[in-house]
Amino acid sequence: MNPPESHLDAPSDAACRTRQMESLVRRVLQVGLLASMVLVLVGMLLFGAVHPSSLTSSESLPALVESGAKFPHTLDDVASAASDLSAEGIIAAGLLVLIATPVLRVALSVVGFAFQRDWVYVGLTVLVLLVLLGSFLVGKAG
Amino acid sequence: MDCHGLPGVVINIAAHGRLRRGASVIPDMTPIEFAAVTFAISVGAGIFGSVLGLGGGIVVVPALTLLLHIDIRYAIGASIVSVIATSSGAGVAYVKERLTNIRVSMLLETATTTGAVLGALLAGIIAGRWLYLIFGLVLAYAAYEMWRRPHRAADAGAPTDRWGARLRLSGSYHDAALDKEVPYHASRTPWGLALSGVAGIVSGLLGVGGGIIKVPAMNLVMGLPIKVASATSNFMIGVTAAASAGIYFLRGDINPFIAGPVAIGVVVGALIGTHILKHLRRSVLQVAFTAVLVFVAIQMLWKGLL
Repeated sequence: MNPPESHLDAPSDAACRTRQMESLVRRVLQVGLLASMVLVLVGMLLFGAVHPSSLTSSESLPALVESGAKFPHTLDDVASAASDLSAEGIIAAGLLVLIATPVLRVALSVVGFAFQRDWVYVGLTVLVLLVLLGSFLVGKAG
Repeated sequence: MDCHGLPGVVINIAAHGRLRRGASVIPDMTPIEFAAVTFAISVGAGIFGSVLGLGGGIVVVPALTLLLHIDIRYAIGASIVSVIATSSGAGVAYVKERLTNIRVSMLLETATTTGAVLGALLAGIIAGRWLYLIFGLVLAYAAYEMWRRPHRAADAGAPTDRWGARLRLSGSYHDAALDKEVPYHASRTPWGLALSGVAGIVSGLLGVGGGIIKVPAMNLVMGLPIKVASATSNFMIGVTAAASAGIYFLRGDINPFIAGPVAIGVVVGALIGTHILKHLRRSVLQVAFTAVLVFVAIQMLWKGLL
């Protein structure tokens, strides 16, 4: 009834590596999520601190949320706005971190699968990463 | 590209002039009230999206456009942010619970991302009307199947196929509602892969969330438990949404004053949602998902027939 030793070892070793992979993925998501939430919250609180009167005036809402509202939306804009400690710049930086997190997760999965010596999945993950990159470039060009 | 909720439906209604009058008038609110309402809606979207594996877009887009009369561009931008926030927020818990199957997600992701690019390139070549009809019928059939065989995927006895074994897609998770470990295998992997490709093409073409196809594909076709299907779909949609989110951000569609409160609300909702999914009975989840399938199928058929 006892399976050979190699059968005992192989699954537990593989399972252990899968756990490591899972904790790597979780850590990336946790750190990305926490950083983005802190930035967005700080930005929103800062906005309230800088413009306390407009917070409670319904006249100030259209300029913020209606079509044509002004806010940073290129990488340079966000970087300079955030370093100037402008509220919308910090919120936008937080949103960029949020957007980057899943892509970073895929990129680090390549490393994770390589550690597991799981070359099939290294290949599959690189393929996903390349398609994502390609779609981004196509979208930017168009 | 993927999982934008149902922006197309909203655009269509607006184009028919039914909402024209109110569309440009945002409600008389202070920024604090606006942020609070947006936050509350987003908590709901996060719960809904994380439990069903669909992301929050299906709730965020209609709520922002119909309730708050926000410009459709900003609504779609916020919805993409909500999909990513749901995916990452729920992902932290689901990966820990081992509800997310990372291998299945990576394998199917190759097909969805490729499909989404293909769909985006095909847009304009294929007539939308027929697509909506076909998509609506496919979803109606998926709803029927899920209704007819509610516990099909609950059986752990489903045999694995060659691909599933070769690619090590099997796994197990602890079901808190049943209080036991549920082992599972993947079967009919090529079909799952093909359907994921279709999900990608459809989302690239119609801007409809791919989760609505991915969950039935994993549950009904590949035989993965519905909770694993939902958690894995959640995990996948964040990646595809992130690719298009970069484009939307640069285009200026992601307004920090709207997407900011949405992101925070959705993450709070996703954290609540993961607790709900853990303890939810599978049959309840299947009934809820069937209802959403019927709802979206009717919307798609309506668009195709109009």
